[in-house]
Amino acid sequence: MKKIRKWPAIYLALIFIILYAPILYLIFYSFNSGGTMYQFEGFTLDWYRELLTDTRLLIIVLNTVIIALLSAAISTIIGVAGALAIAYARKRRVKNTLLSLNNVLIVSPDVIIGASFLILFTMIGLKLGFVSVLLAHIAFSVPIVVLMVLPKIEEMSTSMIYAAMDLGASRFDVLTKVILPYITPGIFAGFFMALTYSLDDFAVTFFVTGNGFTTLSVEIYSLARRGVSLNINALSALLFLFTIILVAGYYFITKRNEKPNGMGVRQ
Amino acid sequence: MRTNSRNFYLIPYVLWIALFVVTPLLLVLYYSFFDIEGHFTLENYRKFFTPVYLKMTLSSFWYAFLITLFSLLIAYPTAYLLTKTKHKQLWLLLIILPSWINLLLKAYAFLGIFGTYGAANSFLEALGIGGRQILFTDFSFIFVSVYIFLPFMILPIFNSLDELNPTLLDASNDLGGSSWVTFKRVIFPLTLDGVKAGCQIVFIPALSLFMLTRLIAGNRVITLGTAIEQHFLVTQDWGMGSTIAVFLIIAMVFIMVLTGRRKRGIL
Repeated sequence: MKKIRKWPAIYLALIFIILYAPILYLIFYSFNSGGTMYQFEGFTLDWYRELLTDTRLLIIVLNTVIIALLSAAISTIIGVAGALAIAYARKRRVKNTLLSLNNVLIVSPDVIIGASFLILFTMIGLKLGFVSVLLAHIAFSVPIVVLMVLPKIEEMSTSMIYAAMDLGASRFDVLTKVILPYITPGIFAGFFMALTYSLDDFAVTFFVTGNGFTTLSVEIYSLARRGVSLNINALSALLFLFTIILVAGYYFITKRNEKPNGMGVRQ
Repeated sequence: MRTNSRNFYLIPYVLWIALFVVTPLLLVLYYSFFDIEGHFTLENYRKFFTPVYLKMTLSSFWYAFLITLFSLLIAYPTAYLLTKTKHKQLWLLLIILPSWINLLLKAYAFLGIFGTYGAANSFLEALGIGGRQILFTDFSFIFVSVYIFLPFMILPIFNSLDELNPTLLDASNDLGGSSWVTFKRVIFPLTLDGVKAGCQIVFIPALSLFMLTRLIAGNRVITLGTAIEQHFLVTQDWGMGSTIAVFLIIAMVFIMVLTGRRKRGIL
């Protein structure tokens, strides 16, 4: 038995090592005073110092965060409305059509989304920059929010809504006092996913951003095309830290939400 | 739910669908009929069927196929072993975590690792194989792609394995099925939906990634995505770019039909 047990552990460990090695490699060399990614000469924090005094980069970081927060918030609103629309569509055909249209942007390759949005924005005469990037990010985040919220609405028992209505709740009350509180975990999950999608996006932004406006991903791409520079390493170390904090937060939120649900509403 | 008939949630959502899902796709189709000077023409489609573009399409599919295959081969055992661990949700989260690190940073990390003096070459030299050119080869392109897509393949497979009713395995055991037979006849068929979902998630982006081909494959590999980006942003030939995009969309629909998820097992 012991012999069989050992191989899985080794395999999993190997996968974990491979998954994390590149990231740790990056972070390790961010402390290298040598300026290359292969010869560690000595410990330094210079790259971090340089990063934090680089106003251009800080503005780009700020842009990225603003775009992410704004697009996540707006797409959450549209997405929740969309999930409600899909869930409460009366005809099965309408529902299925909406769902397939919803999934188009999820399965579409980024290049297609980027290229088609570029055509769209040019057609309507929108100047490429902050607004076009924001619109694009909202557009591709909406379907993810819908997919995160929809199961929550569908698992909700309809008798709760009937009960509320029997007790004299208006439709608005039903929405704000029954449905929305129930689907809040889904809404949070959707918002969070939208946030990460926006922060992570490169390809779509690359297409629809003009000359004046850049997000972090696009900036990293143009830096990386010029070759190795340890600024990027320092940046990635900070981003990694940030991601871990974000994920830990998300994990604890969902953990907390899961428990009462799992016991209360058993399907 | 009949009382809830006025579906006013539809308004923002349908607007979103009309503006950002339907219109962009139609625009791509429309632009594919114009040449670089803005004349209506079928020339783009004729050009697409010349050996140059057909060869590119074929090789793009071949790379995407290899990437999907290797991802699946590595991901399935990983997902299976993950479901066997204690605290499997936490482990899963740790597997997914790298996918939240910006894709560009991971690609950038491999610039260092696979570089001439990078860790991979030092390792090969230590083994006595000797250093060689790793960056800008097919190998590096496929390796990095698999690395990036692995979490996306693991997640759906993990979910479908996790949903698998363990009593079915006991039943198979009791009826004398060896572990291989159990896997072949029970586990794999029942998790096929997860496998299909994973393949879909990996294959479509693998057809269209362009930053990896630029950064890692050094323009040696040209995928459909690279070609589209080239036409839209470098040569400004939107017509030809749109034509390739049309074929990419057709390929995408085809793949989705092929890997279409029918929720059969759940009843």
